Amino acid sequence: MRRSNGYIIIFTAILTIVVGGLLSLTSLVLGPAQKKSIELDTKSQILSAVMQIQKGDDILDIYRKRIQSVVVDARGNEITTDEKGKPIQAENIDIAKNFKKTRENRQYPVFKFMNKENELQVDAYILPIYGNGLWDKVWGFVAVDEKFESIVGVSFAHKAETPGLGARIATTEIQTRFEGKKILNEAGEVVSVTMQKGEKGGGQASIDAFAGKPHQVDGMSGATLTAKGVNNMMLDYLTSYKPYFEKVKSQVSL
Amino acid sequence: MSTETVEQVQEVLVKKVEPLFSKRRKKFVTDPLNEDNPITVQVLGICSALAITIKMEPTLIMSIAVVFVIVFSNLIISVMRNLIPNRVRIIVQLVVVATLVTVVSEILKAYYFEMYKVLGAFVGLIITNCIVMGRLEAFAMGNKPWDSVLDGMGSGFGYAWIILTVAFFRELFGSASLFDFKIFSAIGLSGFPTNAMMVDSIGAFMILGLLIWAQRSKTGYVEH
Repeated sequence: MRRSNGYIIIFTAILTIVVGGLLSLTSLVLGPAQKKSIELDTKSQILSAVMQIQKGDDILDIYRKRIQSVVVDARGNEITTDEKGKPIQAENIDIAKNFKKTRENRQYPVFKFMNKENELQVDAYILPIYGNGLWDKVWGFVAVDEKFESIVGVSFAHKAETPGLGARIATTEIQTRFEGKKILNEAGEVVSVTMQKGEKGGGQASIDAFAGKPHQVDGMSGATLTAKGVNNMMLDYLTSYKPYFEKVKSQVSL
Repeated sequence: MSTETVEQVQEVLVKKVEPLFSKRRKKFVTDPLNEDNPITVQVLGICSALAITIKMEPTLIMSIAVVFVIVFSNLIISVMRNLIPNRVRIIVQLVVVATLVTVVSEILKAYYFEMYKVLGAFVGLIITNCIVMGRLEAFAMGNKPWDSVLDGMGSGFGYAWIILTVAFFRELFGSASLFDFKIFSAIGLSGFPTNAMMVDSIGAFMILGLLIWAQRSKTGYVEH
């Protein structure tokens, strides 16, 4: 049956309104639950830089007990309010948005992983990092020791790296390679850790091959450009966080 | 006298009402499971069958999502079929499918975030799954709601059992586990070598090919 143009327009208009209403309702109803799962996901990502998370761990509880967060600027000063005077919280900072600003204008969250017994002692600092991979964004967290000298652990994630190649940065196999590597050279400058080109066998062989090289880790076969992105991201953010750690160190020595 | 006519009318009505699971209707569900399977016979929905079958758990979630979307879009389109203007019917079908898929994706995001991260893009891509649109265009546009629901179930389950079978073998040989349970270590074969090819989409192609071979040699189906 042929319908008039008027019928078609009215039909599609009604359909659009009904569907639109339905979708905004869904989004409204599920919004709080989604926010909660995103929070849980962010917190477990932060914690995964320093510990192996098991299924069934109460992430929110561990996070509340062990993590203290501050926000610092590029000069290393702790900041509690933004330019407009609104209070800022490290957990709510959008790393992706900050990444687009110049290095001097970004806000840098610092998550302190506190000692289990002594609540005043920091076991590790967990720092969010963000950068460009081969196809899209890559991000993650680097946990550094309290002297900002070596890496305790890393966790990486990515949006669209090639499965089986660059996407391997999200696996523990790649991430364990970074453990114990050094950030600073002898002069105290940030040189970060660079993932090399090519791969020396994978698994333990890769770790052993670079055991004597504190600033290098084995690469990922077939994913040199993703590795390059990770290297740039690490160097960028570790350099940015350095002023903060200089301040922390000078406070300790006082 | 009046009671007599009422009885007659009722008799006529009873004769007209087909049982909910008549032989004809059962075929809507059973045909796509084997002889008219959307994946192995019609060769539709291959993209997602390759992409998400690395492990059982995401595959199961994907199956549920696809069954849900096919059944309800079939139902909705079938209910509206006489109202839908012919010239914009594809767009209307697409809107219905997209709405249902978005709802599924939002629910996953809220209550099953881990799976949302794994499946994310692929749940969205159910919209373009040819099986869904194919059933709407070929069946729901011309059949009654209940028949369409049954037809949707048939195609949905036909899709589901194939991808679950593929995922079973891929996870078993690719990751030596089932539903992330290390099955070979549990029975004392902790050194079982995993096959990296199974984790790749090549593995899915091979298993799918073997499945199609086995099925067609049994049903005698030949492409014309």
